Amino acid sequence: MVNIVVELSKYLMIIMIAVYTYECFAVFGFSDEYTKKSILRRQNVLMFLMHFTAFLVLYLQTEEKKMIGFYGMQVVLLLTIILLYTKIYPKVSRLVVNNMCMLLSIGFIMITRLSYSLAVKQFIIAAGAVAISLIVPIIIRKVKVLSEWRRFYAIAGVIMLAVVLIFGPVTGGALLSIQIGGFALQPSELVKIIFVFFTAASLKMDTSFKNVVITTVVAAVHVLILVVSKDLGAALIIFAVYLVMLYVATRQPLYVFAGVGAGGAASVVAYYLFNHVRVRVLAWKDPFAIYNEGGLQLAQSLMAIGTGSWFGMGLMQGAADKIPVSESDYIFSAIAEEMGLIFAICLTMICVSVYIMFLNIAMELHDRFYKLVALGLGTCYIFQVFLTIGGVTKFIPSTGVTLPLVSYGGSSVLSTVIMFGIIQGLYIVREDEEEDIERKKAQQLRNGQAGRRASEPSRRKNVSTSKAAKRPAQRRAEERGRTAGKQPQKISSGKAGSGKASVRTTGTKRAEGARKGRS
Amino acid sequence: MTNKEFARVTYMFVTLFLVMIGYMVYFNVVKSKEVINSPYNVRQDLLAKRVVRGKILDCNGEVLAQTVTDEDGTETREYPYDDLYAHVVGYSVKGKYGIESIQNFNLLTSNAFFLEKLAKEFKGEKNIGDNVVTTLDTKLQQAAYNALGNNKGAVVVMEASTGKILAMVSKPTFDANTVAENWEALNNDPDSSLFNRATMGQYTPGSTFKIVTTLEYLREHPDADDAYTHYCEGSIEADGTTIHCYGQTAHGQEDLADSVANSCNTSFSNIGLQLDKDKWKKTTEDLLFDKKLPCDLSYRESSFRLTGDSDSAETMMTAIGQGKTVVTPYHMAMITAAIANGGTLMKPYLVDQITNYTGTTVKKYMPEKYADLMTSAEAAQLTEYMTDVVNYGTGTALSGESYTVAGKTGTAEVSVDKQTVHSWFVGFSNVDNPDIVVSAVVENADTASITGTSVAKKIFNAYYYQ
Repeated sequence: MVNIVVELSKYLMIIMIAVYTYECFAVFGFSDEYTKKSILRRQNVLMFLMHFTAFLVLYLQTEEKKMIGFYGMQVVLLLTIILLYTKIYPKVSRLVVNNMCMLLSIGFIMITRLSYSLAVKQFIIAAGAVAISLIVPIIIRKVKVLSEWRRFYAIAGVIMLAVVLIFGPVTGGALLSIQIGGFALQPSELVKIIFVFFTAASLKMDTSFKNVVITTVVAAVHVLILVVSKDLGAALIIFAVYLVMLYVATRQPLYVFAGVGAGGAASVVAYYLFNHVRVRVLAWKDPFAIYNEGGLQLAQSLMAIGTGSWFGMGLMQGAADKIPVSESDYIFSAIAEEMGLIFAICLTMICVSVYIMFLNIAMELHDRFYKLVALGLGTCYIFQVFLTIGGVTKFIPSTGVTLPLVSYGGSSVLSTVIMFGIIQGLYIVREDEEEDIERKKAQQLRNGQAGRRASEPSRRKNVSTSKAAKRPAQRRAEERGRTAGKQPQKISSGKAGSGKASVRTTGTKRAEGARKGRS
Repeated sequence: MTNKEFARVTYMFVTLFLVMIGYMVYFNVVKSKEVINSPYNVRQDLLAKRVVRGKILDCNGEVLAQTVTDEDGTETREYPYDDLYAHVVGYSVKGKYGIESIQNFNLLTSNAFFLEKLAKEFKGEKNIGDNVVTTLDTKLQQAAYNALGNNKGAVVVMEASTGKILAMVSKPTFDANTVAENWEALNNDPDSSLFNRATMGQYTPGSTFKIVTTLEYLREHPDADDAYTHYCEGSIEADGTTIHCYGQTAHGQEDLADSVANSCNTSFSNIGLQLDKDKWKKTTEDLLFDKKLPCDLSYRESSFRLTGDSDSAETMMTAIGQGKTVVTPYHMAMITAAIANGGTLMKPYLVDQITNYTGTTVKKYMPEKYADLMTSAEAAQLTEYMTDVVNYGTGTALSGESYTVAGKTGTAEVSVDKQTVHSWFVGFSNVDNPDIVVSAVVENADTASITGTSVAKKIFNAYYYQ
């Protein structure tokens, strides 16, 4: 009987995620709001069904009661995320919320299978991160000076990385984290976001050669510190993010060619300079040839994926726990082994869907700063996904980065959830922008010829009207969110000036608290 | 900044991911088999819980290994030929060895009809694993096994035109049925019977190496067939070292063909002294010395140690196959197969096909070219010399049969007092259209009763007369 459930569940979960993935893309085909909504709701049903099936298998295999309790807690968390986001912020992208929950739930399933205690920690971190992230959209919407803090972002980023370099202990051959009161913190995860803000703030107006040089120098400092810390994954991500943002901001492909050229040359130098880089490249060429000298991880990963094949070995039927760090850097291989390559490919496509939603908002926004932020975060996300999946499948040399939201890791989950929060904030900003434009159009109609004069000093007007535009936007939100109820309080909580700073600091403190829970 | 750039970036990353997903599919369809079969893959043992290990068969369907399940569900791996196939088929207890190891995954994978599989999975019964049909031929395996008798040594029999390995014997051997019981004793065996001498035994090649020396001389002197002459007085001296011909025989006036046929040590010492050592080294590398070999079983590389600094003594010794050079019987079989096949080495293989338990083919392995070790002209010239060896030289024991043979004998002196010799033979039958290649070595042979040549003859006889 158990055998039948385990066998069938394997195929059921593949069907559910396949349908879910299909709908991630199919939803764009419908313009009718009602159909869209029903598709997005069906996605939630599919996710919960898949999550249930997986935990049924885990329970039947382990026969441990705690699995039931833990399952219940996860359902509550996922439901809460969906309800809170959609009720507090009706304007956010529902698909982004769905995908965030889907990725978290896949992570919960696999980490629970690998190590119950790690899964509990991951759960606590995720819950904390989500709580923190709920205030992120309102910060993005309210704090209009975010784009003015270029110097602050640069200094904060460099200092955070430098602190690790100077005080950080070596883990796994790389300086990744600092210990604060006995708790490990991986600042490079948060620096990625800060760096995106820095670059966006720097390139939003000024794309003169001089400014490009200054920005590039700051970016290079980030990358260099990370390379010296041996955090190659983060260094590569920052490098790629910078190139993409620079290209889009300047529309100058020559910068990209120069950057790729310089990056290529630097890679060759790194290959000859650093042993750990050489080992990774050799392992990529033939992990079995140097099995005992650094090829073990990748070899185990490939054997896991290969043995799992299309449909997987079934949850707890494989040897996913034999892959080193299968709960974090190699979780994709563990998923492919036990849940099948079809499942893993669907997971990859869900990540692509997330990326498309990030870039979608980037294109819909009008403000250059916000556009660049969305672009930078999107690139940061998708490039990290590319590095980790490409790395564990031997598509590219492995760089040891996590699969965002799926992999175990406090700093990674926290920073990714915040990243998603920022994107949700941008979806709200877009609504404001649109209302602003509509309002302006209406005014132009009303004013007739006088409108021509008003449109001339466009920059200043933009600032003033966006403030003025809040009122109608707020009113409309209140009307629409009558059932949600909490809209007015929430908006009033976003005070101006120093109030925002205090919100930020409490946010960071809470983040540290979450990390304490992890280690 | 326009949305055009955003769209471009999006398309670029989406394309990148589509390519990566394409790669994953490619990996799973094409590459994964190789990876899964790695002996490092612990997952294979998990499969054993769900699948009854399949059979290993010879080329005629004879069972070489099978799993028998008792009424109480206990599985026993049986080897009907006991010790005959011990090294090549191997065993699957106390770790895995031989074909049992390299084909582990296929043996533990069931390609039975999917409805039957599904039904069994739901009933919680084990499915029946696939069969591995090897290229091995019990007739030849038995002949090689009998020919070696109680001597230590090894034999490899191959088909030159395809690379099929038809027989592989290593002696002393052991009963594959009782490996677990005798594990301790087998591991402490002073004769190391667990050791597969065919692929791992590094032997001094003796005169069989003269094939290599001849090839190098032909490369440096394209007119050597007509131009080379040497007067053999039974010994040759250079820088204080004297090399004797076997049994102190003085061969008199010889050309290159005679030198090979007589296996003349003085003539080959003379040749060796004339060779460019760097080019010589290069030629040995063409023949896969100090190189990885195409071999699924565990093996050791052959090595050629002569350098520009080597002295005359070392050079002469190396030329006649006595220096620091070591080879495996498997590697010598490959070189001989390349000569037989017009210079082209076909990749040696042991598994002909995988079938499901009802006999339907799941995967068929086809012959594959591995490399051109020499030109077809060089191969033809060497074949001519090796034919002379049998016609009037050291291999006349193989003449006068209904089949023709081209080969080279060897007597490797391995002890200082020259009392102990390893007796070699490498060659192939039906010279005009080669049938089988034999590489045989007999350790510490009492050459009056057994030689590499006599072993080879019994195998050729079995092939043509049985």
